[in-house]
Amino acid sequence: MAQIFAYIAHKNGVVDDTAAELAVAAKKIDASAQVTAIVTGSGATLDAACQGAAKAYAQVWKINKPELAYPNAEVVRKLLKNIVPASSIVLVAHDTFGMDLGPGLSIKMDAAYASDVVGIDGADGSTLKIVRQEFAGMAHAHMTVNAAKGAVLTLRPGSFQAGDAAGGAGAVTDKSGDAGDLGAKRKFLQVVEAETGDVDITKSDVLVSIGRGIEDQENIGLAEDLAKAMGAVVSCSRPIVDAKWLEKARQVGTSGKTVKPKVYMALGISGSFQHLGGIKGSPFIVAVNKNPKAPIFQVADVGIVENILEFIPAMTEKVSG
Amino acid sequence: MEILVCVKRVPDTAENEITIKGDGTDIQRDDLVYSVNEWDNYATEEAIQIRDNVGGTVTVVTVGDSESEEILRRQMAMGADNGILLADGAFDGSDARGIASILAAAVKKGKYDLILTGAQADDGAGAVGGMLAAMLDLPYASLVNKVEVAGNKLKVGREIEGGNQEMNEIDLPCVLSIQTGINEPRYVGIRGIRKVASVEIPTHNAGALGVSGVGKAGAQVKRVDYFTPPAGKGAEILEGSMEEKIDKLIELLKAKGGLK
Ligand SMILES: Cc1cc2nc3c(=O)[nH]c(=O)nc-3n(C[C@H](O)[C@H](O)[C@H](O)COP(=O)(O)OP(=O)(O)OC[C@H]3O[C@@H](n4cnc5c(N)ncnc54)[C@H](O)[C@@H]3O)c2cc1C
Ligand SMILES: Nc1ncnc2c1ncn2[C@@H]1O[C@H](COP(=O)(O)O)[C@@H](O)[C@H]1O
Repeated sequence: MAQIFAYIAHKNGVVDDTAAELAVAAKKIDASAQVTAIVTGSGATLDAACQGAAKAYAQVWKINKPELAYPNAEVVRKLLKNIVPASSIVLVAHDTFGMDLGPGLSIKMDAAYASDVVGIDGADGSTLKIVRQEFAGMAHAHMTVNAAKGAVLTLRPGSFQAGDAAGGAGAVTDKSGDAGDLGAKRKFLQVVEAETGDVDITKSDVLVSIGRGIEDQENIGLAEDLAKAMGAVVSCSRPIVDAKWLEKARQVGTSGKTVKPKVYMALGISGSFQHLGGIKGSPFIVAVNKNPKAPIFQVADVGIVENILEFIPAMTEKVSG
Repeated sequence: MEILVCVKRVPDTAENEITIKGDGTDIQRDDLVYSVNEWDNYATEEAIQIRDNVGGTVTVVTVGDSESEEILRRQMAMGADNGILLADGAFDGSDARGIASILAAAVKKGKYDLILTGAQADDGAGAVGGMLAAMLDLPYASLVNKVEVAGNKLKVGREIEGGNQEMNEIDLPCVLSIQTGINEPRYVGIRGIRKVASVEIPTHNAGALGVSGVGKAGAQVKRVDYFTPPAGKGAEILEGSMEEKIDKLIELLKAKGGLK
């Protein structure tokens, strides 16, 4: 079986939750694999991150380079191409970094690529058996990945639960000397923090959250009325912000805010993983959607199959009345 | 600036209930409403705005079949100057790598300063743009939500977690995958589409492009089947009239602290 590597995301010396998830996924490919974590960076926090990774991995490769102080995928891709042996399997989290890194890395390694993997059903020789979702989560698919020449997989955060991760106690090896040429035609400049809005949706216990099902800017008022009647705050999914119907600070999801309400009302929201990724703390989720097959019903506690344009005003009336 | 925008015709997931065929080989496609992949609309709009600012042309390209011509025309009605259709039975069943190599061959037939793709399409892979860049040995940035032209470089913003923005400087030529929200794609009416209805759209096949090894046989990633996952816990679905459902919900919300 091919060697398996996991690229570890970390911040301020703390490894991301996905580090342990990639270790779990690796074991699903090959239960006996001695998986190597690759931790890149520069400066004082790198050692702490390596120690964090060592908890879940048999080996840790540390690469300490000033060019890697910020994880610029163009630079990391070159690095991995230089240090990972041919025909290896590389696992990366399917986050905004993994999406930036993965596809190009597979080409440079001449390896297969599968992204946003949600399940792994083992391997049959050099064929990996994986599960993905298509059509906004409305169809699941079994796929095979020919890993004869290696493979790069990005794994959906949260899909591989870290509970049964084998203990690591891995040794850290400094591989900085092998990094090779890291010159890139893309230069990282800076991170601009998201603007804060008038409301802080993260502070509200009850969120009335609307998605594309609200259909028109004119209908936003319906949700505002319901929120007012319930003593709640209006939040939304991404398309509502893209359309500029509500400000960015109201967006729930991986590229928006992470909220921890007691009650989350998802109205006309399909339930994409990027949206659900912003809902933490197991709130009581109520989903109202006209499509009984909408993925949101898989995660909601209570579901109502209705047109929200009729449901919302009716509910407002009941609550106010 | 010569800009190429890669666009794909996809079932509109906001308009359709996707159901799987009994034998799992495909989704039910009979009554599907198709449209341009949402992300590709933002990419086309961005290309048009860049061209309008600095001059040049916008070409839209798709790997598809004769039905895909309609989305090229739609993007031309938005303001793209040219369309190119890449179609051949030999392309059927290509994986992302196959699509990227077909597109790479088309790129090499022209001379482009900037190539845009959407961040992802209906299969949610987000793979083609990054692969295309690597095949062409061009720099790449994904999830771009801001583009500023600065001579022979671009300043681009990438959307990262939490809605923060990672600013980068990237050399031209380059490939960018565009994230939604970067602009407000213009509306195209039926009249706009009529105007471009008779514009010639060149079609290239595998031979003309000189590509081989694509299609199902060449795919490293293959779909075995579509399936319905075993129902999890799932939601308790409230039944009855609208009024009954709301009464029940209000009761539940009171118990959960969602209503005073
Ligand atoms: C890198 C990246 C980051 C992302 N980050 C986020 C994020 O932070 N937050 C986020 O939300 N998304 C995010 N997305 C987008 C995400 O993938 C989905 O596209 C988005 O969440 C879909 O929003 P939606 O559910 O409102 O729309 P859709 O998926 O279009 O769903 C609309 C739903 O409304 C239902 N509906 C339609 N009309 C009605 C009606 N009248 N009554 C009742 N129901 C109706 C439909 O059945 C459907 O289920 C991100 C995507 C990417 C690629
Ligand atoms: N068949 C295709 N023809 C042209 N461009 C495509 C095609 N498939 C994917 N793309 C481009 O690649 C992007 C990402 O698609 P994907 O990798 O399939 O998620 C899309 O937004 C398009 O810009």
